[in-house]
Amino acid sequence: MIHSYYESSARARIAGLLDADSFHEWLFAEDRVTSPHLAILEQPAAFDDGVIIGQGSIAEKQIFIAAQEGGFMGGAVGEVHGAKIVGVLERAVRDHPAAVLLLLETGGVRLQEANAGLIAVSEVMRAILSARAAGVPVIVAIGGQYGCFGGMGIAARCASTIIMSEEGRLGLSGPEVIETARGVEEYDSRDRALVWRTVGGKHRYLLGECDMIVPDGIAAFQHAITASIEKGDDWSLAALEQEHQLLADRVKRFGACKDGRDIWRELGWADPDALAMMDNDEFVAAAQGHRAK
Amino acid sequence: MTMENLKYRFDGGKPTPGVAAIVGVLGSGNLEVMVEPAALGGACEIEVSTAARGFGAIWQAVMGDFFARHRAGDIRILVNDAGATPAIVSLRLDQAIETYTAKGQMPKQMPKKEK
Repeated sequence: MIHSYYESSARARIAGLLDADSFHEWLFAEDRVTSPHLAILEQPAAFDDGVIIGQGSIAEKQIFIAAQEGGFMGGAVGEVHGAKIVGVLERAVRDHPAAVLLLLETGGVRLQEANAGLIAVSEVMRAILSARAAGVPVIVAIGGQYGCFGGMGIAARCASTIIMSEEGRLGLSGPEVIETARGVEEYDSRDRALVWRTVGGKHRYLLGECDMIVPDGIAAFQHAITASIEKGDDWSLAALEQEHQLLADRVKRFGACKDGRDIWRELGWADPDALAMMDNDEFVAAAQGHRAK
Repeated sequence: MTMENLKYRFDGGKPTPGVAAIVGVLGSGNLEVMVEPAALGGACEIEVSTAARGFGAIWQAVMGDFFARHRAGDIRILVNDAGATPAIVSLRLDQAIETYTAKGQMPKQMPKKEK
């Protein structure tokens, strides 16, 4: 039986990824820590403010976890939501679990809590870097239907490792935002093929922004997460400088490209359109030597 | 969106031990339900916070059916609703009480096909 990661709720993902009965939730609903802002706006507030946090084990390694629920306000980060993620990361600095796992599914800042949400996202970024500096790998998984956008797209790129499925999307401004701001001629958010070759898992993998790509299934994510914990984190100056070099090369190499397909061609894919139809194993095998990283 | 808060109490249930549990998601057309133990002398108290106003009579009927099915007492149920239909509400309530009495463990996931 394959359980789709894409279709699962955040709670179901935690239950599926972690060792049986190992999850202990922090700030469970009994604690009544919910958004103080939504009631003022006459909007119902979720028990967990759209993010579930706690500790557990995966392949018997103790980890801390935060899982965003895309179904509640698109996984948007409000004040409490953000503070919960920051708390997980700061506790990791103190307690040194084997890793912090962030299951991200979010449109970014919750506009109803704009300033508090913006501050929260910046605090998440700082906390991710603090955890890594303390020697705790931060592993991001992206494979839900809302993708990972806005400030949390930047936060994801602060992590040690990003694991995506083809269905996952990672970016800064989401497709609808780009269309609204720049017009449909610039970017048609309803063109799914265009969207996926701009922000989808395969494209992010080829650009080297996501480290591992997996088929959509909770077990596949679990294997990739376990492998990432084993691999650990390279928090060295050399690794940072290498990353900066990659980004500089990228602007030079792909700066004139108008479409994901142009980049893929530049990376040596003779038939870029065939790439979209490949299943995961076939794609990963074909991508050897044809990634920007 | 204007919210409505509704409260129901059903007396004469059988004491139902369990571990506090949440099921569902507060998303459009859906709802989240939390069940927790509460010393209420055998009663079941339900608080609903809903984005859809004016459906108090339907909530009363759905909750009455739920209590008739389970007779679960000494529990408090909190509901956050974003416009779920009565059938969805009934299914979520059943799922919630099942999860609660299974000591907070998630029930087995529904079969899902791979994308």
